Amino acid sequence: MTTVDTSARVSSEAGAEGRSGAGDRAPRREWGVVNVFSHGFLLLWALLTTLPLLWVFLSSFKSDGEILSDPWGLPGALRFENWARAWTEARIGQYFLNSAVVVAGSLTLTMLFGATAAYVFARYEFRFRQVFYYLFVGGMMFPVFLALVPLFFVVRNAGLFNTWTGLILVYAAYSLPFTVFFMTAFFRTLPTSVAEAALIDGCGHFRLFFRVMLPMAKPGLVSVAIFNFLSQWNQFILPQVLMQGDESKWVLAQGLAALAVSQGYQGDFSGLFAGLTLGMLPVLGVYVLFQRQIQSGLTAGQLK
Amino acid sequence: MKHGKYPLIITFLVPPLLLYGIFVLSPYLQAFQISTTNWLGYSATADYVGLENFGNLLRDGALWNAVKNNLILLVLLPVLTIALGLFFSSMLNMGGRRGTAGVVGVRGSGAYKLVYFFPQVLSVVIIALLWKEVYHPNNGLLNATLRAVGLPAPTWLGDPRTAFWAVLAVMVWANVGFYVVLFGAAMQAIPKDIYEAVMLDGASRWTTLTKVTIPLLWDTVQVAWIYLAIAALDGFILIQQMTDGGPNHSSDVIGLRMYNTAFGSETKFGYASAIGVVMFFLTLSVAVLALRASRRDRIEYS
Repeated sequence: MTTVDTSARVSSEAGAEGRSGAGDRAPRREWGVVNVFSHGFLLLWALLTTLPLLWVFLSSFKSDGEILSDPWGLPGALRFENWARAWTEARIGQYFLNSAVVVAGSLTLTMLFGATAAYVFARYEFRFRQVFYYLFVGGMMFPVFLALVPLFFVVRNAGLFNTWTGLILVYAAYSLPFTVFFMTAFFRTLPTSVAEAALIDGCGHFRLFFRVMLPMAKPGLVSVAIFNFLSQWNQFILPQVLMQGDESKWVLAQGLAALAVSQGYQGDFSGLFAGLTLGMLPVLGVYVLFQRQIQSGLTAGQLK
Repeated sequence: MKHGKYPLIITFLVPPLLLYGIFVLSPYLQAFQISTTNWLGYSATADYVGLENFGNLLRDGALWNAVKNNLILLVLLPVLTIALGLFFSSMLNMGGRRGTAGVVGVRGSGAYKLVYFFPQVLSVVIIALLWKEVYHPNNGLLNATLRAVGLPAPTWLGDPRTAFWAVLAVMVWANVGFYVVLFGAAMQAIPKDIYEAVMLDGASRWTTLTKVTIPLLWDTVQVAWIYLAIAALDGFILIQQMTDGGPNHSSDVIGLRMYNTAFGSETKFGYASAIGVVMFFLTLSVAVLALRASRRDRIEYS
């Protein structure tokens, strides 16, 4: 998609350059006035977006006294001890690790199952194919709340309550509808000639998938993996229901919510700000590094 | 060619199907069944009560209050988010001043897009806690600013008159950036010669936006509408973390009602599932309505 639109832009710009005569002087002046406004509004929204984040970041270095007396002030010193306190005492470090373990497992499972199921739906004819496909994709329409109560008992009866295995399986299961939907559409866009040639050359169906089709589907896999990573990393409702007891196994979102509650009792404002900063920084850092891929990964899902 | 097709279909399809069937399909189906019982939590006894739960729902004032709030969100969240999203993305993608008839992006549009997208990658829990502190009546960023310029400083989340609107503002804040980028991508896909033709005809900027850009973006706007409508029927995490539905139920939503009914002090699983079924049909009908209402002929370029 991106390659197509850049080439279109280049050609139209080249065409426009030859044509910039006197005829468009009047409209240009009108648009110039609007330009000042547009920059003003754009800047205002940029401030609205960044200021709260920046404020939390700066507040994470303040002492509680500074936070209470002067919300707009700068921290008197870089108190990294706030971060250390949140990391160890509020166990943000451990929750971070827990989230990483759970998401590493669930993302692998989601991508494996999602890609294989989607490939079968996209490339093979078999009985009830449509039925199975719509069964999968229909899951996108259901509110997760409807499933919460029975899911709690399904997981508990399977002996997976308060376990990471349970969370991993459930995350993957709830990510499948979108993954299958997206990847089926993607596999359908790939040319069939390569697969046919490989089969004629005696390549087996399994080898064809892992050696030929999967590498060809890489752009789609990356997009949907980014999408799934963020939604699984930020998941909150499922762990809140399925990981209620054992504090040491909580994921990051639960840990932050608990930190906010205990902050309310103890008045440890700096600890809360430090915890929030620790929760925000890695995600924002990764986002800044891979901005293009992440933005197109997240928006591609809605444009399809 | 057909040789060996079925081993692959079975190995590739059965494990995902099992996982999905056990953890997604079966809970959804059970929920409909549980919603017709009077199941009170961890005991094994659950009697079939037919549609009694649904009858009780109709007389449940707290639930209707939550439904009312969700309906307000359903109208305002898509309207505000899409309006702001279209506004900013048209500024970003067509606000440039140079020769090409105003179809270039403004200077620094890359930086704006980078920043606008920030809330999208943060977890909703972090957004909720962050804004709870921003709204803090004494040491929050917002009231510090208001006091600095000599304006009154309300208690925001602590006041039944403002709590709901304060949360709505956060929902809009968290969503606008995503739709700026989404609409921006769709705008980039519109062929530039259309704009050149429009400019030659002397159309104003406003006419270009309303008569050319938005109609050409209609497919994307429709998708945005559905996603935002579904988001508006949820809102659970923000509300639970910021206000817990309060003060005085002023910011309650259906999801929170359901959650507290099932996992709060009383575990009324039957009744909670009935609320879940209501949410299901609300979501479904909103999606169908949005698809119907916004149906137009699909435009394809070239």
